[in-house]
Amino acid sequence: MALTKAEMAECLFDELGLNKREAKELVELFFEEVRDALVKGNHVKLSGFGNFALRDKSPRPGRNPKTGKEIPICARRVVTFRPGQKLKQRVEDYAGTQQQ
Amino acid sequence: MPDSAINSLMKSELIEMMARKQSHLAYKDVELAVKSLLEQMSHSLSSGERIEIRGFGSFSLHYRPPRAGRNPKTGDSVELPGKYVPHFKPGKELREKVNEAFLSQGA
Repeated sequence: MALTKAEMAECLFDELGLNKREAKELVELFFEEVRDALVKGNHVKLSGFGNFALRDKSPRPGRNPKTGKEIPICARRVVTFRPGQKLKQRVEDYAGTQQQ
Repeated sequence: MPDSAINSLMKSELIEMMARKQSHLAYKDVELAVKSLLEQMSHSLSSGERIEIRGFGSFSLHYRPPRAGRNPKTGDSVELPGKYVPHFKPGKELREKVNEAFLSQGA
């Protein structure tokens, strides 16, 4: 099982009394705004949860793992996520209750 | 990119932007909704459940095995237990849009 946009909207409907359409729109809008900020080259800091940042990668020689043939990898920008202290702690606390 | 060129969108600004676009909703409702979304996501991960947002990406837990660490004050060796850490994998659409914007700006 995984948490999805549909479940998140359902929860907003239950918790906040928004109607189903409003709840669905807000969930969509939330991820759109985060995505648009990243596309514009901004970082996104969600205190208590974590930060989305961008990393610019230099071009480097790469290899097709199947054929072994060399292919150049172009410069590119990637999105990274660093969980905040609070989220990391909550996840660790959960893991501590699990049998390893 | 130099650090000075980077702007950060903070949670409060994100809420304001969303509230402007959903002007039929009270600001307070948008604020509560964003807080609820982040709490749902945190809760999901801290219960060991993945998050899958199509077009945006997925969050899951990665296991870090136990390792020998050191107390930085005393230099004593300590055994650090294995742990889980949150991990985000950007979705195809996010990955492509971010990179396309970067490449077209550089060109």
